[in-house]
Amino acid sequence: MFSREVLQIDPLREAERIEGEIRAGVLGDLRRRGVVVAISGGVDSSLVATLAVRALGPERVFGLLLPERDSSPDSLRLGQLLADGLGIRYAVEDISPTLAAARCYQRQDEAARAVVPEFGPGWRCKIVLPPLLEGDRLNIAQLVVADPEGNQRRVRMPSAAYLQMVAATNFKQRTRMMVAYYHADRLAYAVAGTPNLLEYDQGFFVKHGDGAADIKPIAHLYKTQVFALAEALEVPADIRRRQPTTDTYSLSQTQEEFYFALPYPEMDLCLWAVDHGTPATEVAEAIGLTAEQVRRVFRDIEAKRRASRYLHAVPRPVRSS
Amino acid sequence: MTVQERMREYILESFYVSDPSELSDDLSLIDSGLVDSTGMLDIILFIEGEYGLRVEDWETTPDNLETIGRIAAFVARKTSSPA
Repeated sequence: MFSREVLQIDPLREAERIEGEIRAGVLGDLRRRGVVVAISGGVDSSLVATLAVRALGPERVFGLLLPERDSSPDSLRLGQLLADGLGIRYAVEDISPTLAAARCYQRQDEAARAVVPEFGPGWRCKIVLPPLLEGDRLNIAQLVVADPEGNQRRVRMPSAAYLQMVAATNFKQRTRMMVAYYHADRLAYAVAGTPNLLEYDQGFFVKHGDGAADIKPIAHLYKTQVFALAEALEVPADIRRRQPTTDTYSLSQTQEEFYFALPYPEMDLCLWAVDHGTPATEVAEAIGLTAEQVRRVFRDIEAKRRASRYLHAVPRPVRSS
Repeated sequence: MTVQERMREYILESFYVSDPSELSDDLSLIDSGLVDSTGMLDIILFIEGEYGLRVEDWETTPDNLETIGRIAAFVARKTSSPA
């Protein structure tokens, strides 16, 4: 019978297994001397850094804190809290000047102005999706803008403006990965990626940005399991209690607003159910939704899988004749 | 040209359809993988421009936009009802 218990694991045993994989992968297969981990102050990267330290020792883990203009101050504070607690070397590099030089912010503003002409200094924005549970709406992204007084407005974007907004914003993840590989090359280290299964499966990452890495130690773990391991390995409670956020747009944005249809505990269960052929009616009963709502979530999962094929695809050489 | 014919023409011009004969009036544009959510933005913009109507946010549902047949019915409803 389907229940929330399907995601239960023995966290310490799983942590030991992952640590063995990190050692064999980094030191053996990849022949690197350690790992670089970009630490966002969220639970995923904090768990990866913790696992890496347990696997390789603090002297073989280099942390990176990479804030930019739109980052929450909490990201840096919690990242430093973790790095100090783990006893690893780390660097803080503000990537805002690099992003400004690449015209990331300017291109974002141009995209916003295409639909809100008065968008300018002091305005903020984010992209949101319609709430999936409240009605059978297509996943049409909308731009939320706030004027300097904080008055918010929501508008649909033409695809060109939407794509430019996303493309400009992707500079952030790609710049972070560029800096991570600078330090990895300098130290002869590998880069550890931090997506969990939900993010990895559903394409919640930027190709050649946070999607690029040499090892992905938690890409097989549901977010629920990430929290279980983080608690067992004593990742600071302030980090575990922090609401998952994209920390990407100038207006604060939750992962549910931007990408996932449900809070992560229910999203995990729906993903598990899709992969195990569990009927929507059984899932609905276990998580307190209607069967129709669960069917919508199942459909959304499949749509995101289709859309993320491109993100997972490796470069395709043309075969010689 | 009917709305169905015009939509079929637009979709064949704008999206990759490996076998045009499969693009029936009741083929789900989304579940078939022909059109993603960004493509739906283009389709909405096309409908608004081509037929001079406004697609409200609450109208962006599979019932109205999922297939060529449903789009045609939606356009017919919108253009026959008072604004």
